[in-house]
Amino acid sequence: MADASYPEGLLYHPEHDWAQIDGDVATFGITWFAQDALGEVVFFEAPAVGSTVTAGEPYTEVESVKAVSDVIAPLSGEVVEVNEALGDTPEAVNEDPYGAGWMVKVRLSDPAEKDALLDRDAYVATLS
Amino acid sequence: MTQAQTLRRTPLYETHVAAGAKIVPFAGWEMPVQYAGIKEEHHAVRTAAGVFDVSHMGQIKTSGPQALAFLQRVLSNDVEKIAVGGAQYSLLCKEDGGVLDDLFTYRLAPDTYLTVTNAANHEKDLAWFQEQAREFPDVAVEDQADQHAMIAVQGPLAREIVQAVADGPLPSRMTAGSARLAGHHALVCGTGYTGEDGVEILCAPEVVADVWDQVVRRGAVPAGLAARDTLRLEVCFHLYGNDLMEERGPIEAGLGWACKEETGFIGAEAVARVRAEGPAERLVAFTITDRGIARQGNPVLGGGEVTSGTMSPSLEVGVGMAYVPAGLAEVGTALEIDVRGRTRQAVVSAKPLYARPAA
Repeated sequence: MADASYPEGLLYHPEHDWAQIDGDVATFGITWFAQDALGEVVFFEAPAVGSTVTAGEPYTEVESVKAVSDVIAPLSGEVVEVNEALGDTPEAVNEDPYGAGWMVKVRLSDPAEKDALLDRDAYVATLS
Repeated sequence: MTQAQTLRRTPLYETHVAAGAKIVPFAGWEMPVQYAGIKEEHHAVRTAAGVFDVSHMGQIKTSGPQALAFLQRVLSNDVEKIAVGGAQYSLLCKEDGGVLDDLFTYRLAPDTYLTVTNAANHEKDLAWFQEQAREFPDVAVEDQADQHAMIAVQGPLAREIVQAVADGPLPSRMTAGSARLAGHHALVCGTGYTGEDGVEILCAPEVVADVWDQVVRRGAVPAGLAARDTLRLEVCFHLYGNDLMEERGPIEAGLGWACKEETGFIGAEAVARVRAEGPAERLVAFTITDRGIARQGNPVLGGGEVTSGTMSPSLEVGVGMAYVPAGLAEVGTALEIDVRGRTRQAVVSAKPLYARPAA
């Protein structure tokens, strides 16, 4: 498992989710803290492309050996792409939570919602 | 955090923390749930050896001229069959057959028995033993939970590892005997709850860290509660509080083999009735045949519920156990399980789900 890390440049939701905004599309995933708390991720079922997600609401679940956990959408919008590779390699969520472990890409319906998210330092402060 | 103040720690707590274990509250104790990772610990037990701290489990010593008669009354199995140095699995039942606990009992001497209780049930079991003992004046029931630390070394290399620190032969499977381990007095039992060969070791709390260190140094991988759960579930061993409970009886749970009604144990009449009539529901093992993982509490469509569920690290599919109506209990029956709103396809599977490869 990778060492603890919280990259600069991402936006964070207090429920341990990250978003990386690129124009009007954002990539979502879960933070190092979330994957560490879950333990080995063994199953991820992506939501359907075309479905809508709402900021602060669960959009899917991630399963570890021991537990199932909701994944919260940091921002609202329409799912335009899902990380199909996680179906075969769910452990990427543990090994590379900000890279190969990304979960969905969402076309944002209200980009102003990003103002409610935390920057790296503010998020890390919630973990202590 | 009033809960944190009341949680107990085993004598190995500092050892676990130093080894990087994640500690979680479990049955009133702060216990290691995992060290390096559940799957790694699980595979270590299946292929080599792992060591578990099970010091949270309780012990009750029963002794005296009426010890056998008393235990025949409280335990479901035929206690008379245990030879000195032997061990036996049994259930503690209420009058209505509901299961209060599942237990291993060791016969240490002709009139002396040691019964290992589940941590969460220890106080309940002890009170039950003491209450029933009132009808047996020549039996002494002693709480020994604070006098024993307990570790389980399990896996194909477990005996070899423990043998290397022992001063004599180890007891064979399902027997128990005194031994010196790493220079300390211990009770060594050829039992465990992983489906692998191995031993359980009871010793004084002051020396358990030394025994633990010695077996770890010889290659036993520290393993936590999470791996213990995936291991026991693959071989369909019951977990009290999941698969066994006061509201259900032994026959429903598939544990009729551990009940000998002719001994007249408390609950024998109720158990005999269910055995004769056939239970309305049965505990089955299942395998998910599409995708996903069912968890405890997920409903089975058509009746019943999942009592244990996980991803099997050995089989790499979702597996579990569930109470289902008797008509759905046959091996091969297709089941549908409601996993948080999604229907998952499953099939009733033969027990155990995982079988140790033939040596």
